[in-house]
Amino acid sequence: MEQFANRDGIRIVFDLIHAIQENKQYLSDIDGAIGDGDHGINMNKGFTLCRDELLANPGNLTHGLKTLSKILVMKIGGSMGPLYGTFFKSLAAACDGVDAIDMAVFGRMLSSGREGIQKISEAKPGDKTLMDVLLPAETAYQAAVKTGEPFRVCLDKMVEAARQGRNATKDMVAKLGRSSRLGERSRGVIDAGAASCCLILEIMAGTIGRLLACSSEAS
Amino acid sequence: MQKMINAPQEAVDEMVEGYLKAHPDLVEGTDNPRVLKFRRAPVPGKVGIVTGGGSGHKPAFIGYIGRNLVDAVAVGEIFSSPPAQMFFDAFKAANGGRGVACLYGNYAGDNMNVKMAMELAKDEGIEVRTVVANDDVPSAPKDQRGKRRGVAGEILMWKVGGAKAAMGAGLDEVIAEAQKAIDNTRSMGIGLMPCTIPEVGHPNFTIEDGRMEVGIGHHGEPGLEVVTLETAAQMARRMTDIILPDLPFKAHDEVVVLISGLGSTPLMELYILYNEVEKIFREKQIRIYRSYVGNYFTSLEMAGVTLTVMKLDVGLKACIDYEADSMGLCQFA
Repeated sequence: MEQFANRDGIRIVFDLIHAIQENKQYLSDIDGAIGDGDHGINMNKGFTLCRDELLANPGNLTHGLKTLSKILVMKIGGSMGPLYGTFFKSLAAACDGVDAIDMAVFGRMLSSGREGIQKISEAKPGDKTLMDVLLPAETAYQAAVKTGEPFRVCLDKMVEAARQGRNATKDMVAKLGRSSRLGERSRGVIDAGAASCCLILEIMAGTIGRLLACSSEAS
Repeated sequence: MQKMINAPQEAVDEMVEGYLKAHPDLVEGTDNPRVLKFRRAPVPGKVGIVTGGGSGHKPAFIGYIGRNLVDAVAVGEIFSSPPAQMFFDAFKAANGGRGVACLYGNYAGDNMNVKMAMELAKDEGIEVRTVVANDDVPSAPKDQRGKRRGVAGEILMWKVGGAKAAMGAGLDEVIAEAQKAIDNTRSMGIGLMPCTIPEVGHPNFTIEDGRMEVGIGHHGEPGLEVVTLETAAQMARRMTDIILPDLPFKAHDEVVVLISGLGSTPLMELYILYNEVEKIFREKQIRIYRSYVGNYFTSLEMAGVTLTVMKLDVGLKACIDYEADSMGLCQFA
């Protein structure tokens, strides 16, 4: 049975924080092309605050995701505060009280995250938002689970779909958020929210892959 | 980057600290360091007026905290919506028991954060209703008015809402009057030079020398077109040609005209533009009932201007004429 302990999963949150810190400039630069160039700055601020809090008060994956969510909603604002705050809260809700996280639990987390965002945002596929990454990634993951692929292959499929979704936003015209006011002029650049969402899914998949490798070596 | 700051990431907090020290007669802090309130708020029995938004627009938003104006403000990062918790704390700071009118601009982040804050307020039994400013004509076609951004017209919305609340009106009436104010208001901007977010360190768009951007947004959102720099008379003509037919404003209408610099444009140029706008209104027989010229709603050090026009009726006139005392707008009857 491929699974990892919720306790060990806190590593995912620390890796997410590290990745956002590393990609601060990249995310701000793509946001600057059709937005106001603050996406990386705000994400970095929220994730860094979360790191400080988690170092002082560590816990498992669920706790880490809840902490991240709380900080994004309470302290960050912008569009990404409420969107990612809701996303991580929904992820945490789907693994709350679960000791071992397997492919089914992670599948529920993904669906819960996507549903959470849909509750506060009207974003649909094709609107040039993070939903163009999240929805196909979730769909690809669930499809791979159904065909009986191992956990790691399902994660690979998720990342592949996420990257395709992110790249596809380049040719889209923004329908929501600040860049939507540009109409046709928003074409030609990938969406910053799609880029950060893709990064988040990539990091989650990468760290889960490593956790699975560790737990199989140990058993 | 030529800025008088310390660490870029501390800019907003340090600005708030300085503001509190400079205006102790008007504002005071709250338990939330990013929520400022009128010294006398919450005023018992008065509808609370709250706004909030990203920083970098001084005097908006905290500059309009004061008597007969805004009671509490949520202060976001530069050009970024304040989080839900801040709006919620601002609601609490403004709530005098008759509910809170949250009057803010139409931006995706503000919409989501205010929505989440309203849910928190509901749990605590604070009634909050909103008016969302969408006065920026070039930001979306008329049949999609709901998508338009809020710009300098927000000041007139706060002026009207704040006055109505001070007159003793209930929440429904305050909301209705503020909504009427923004429905009767149209704005547009012209950008001449870009601005730099301190933490970014370089301008995130460019306007070449000898060019101007028509319809630019308050955060540098691209406008309708970039054209050769025009004279003030041509700019006034261009802006009124876009704004006036949109409502439309007609002969014999009485209006408020608000000209706001975007940050680094000298007041001298704003008055040159006002002179031209006044000529056009006279020619069209639109009566300017009151005018405001100054840096009312800026975009860091962007150069350029926003022209805002509001059509008046008896109720709006009474609100516009009402006394107000704040750092950004001070008016005595």
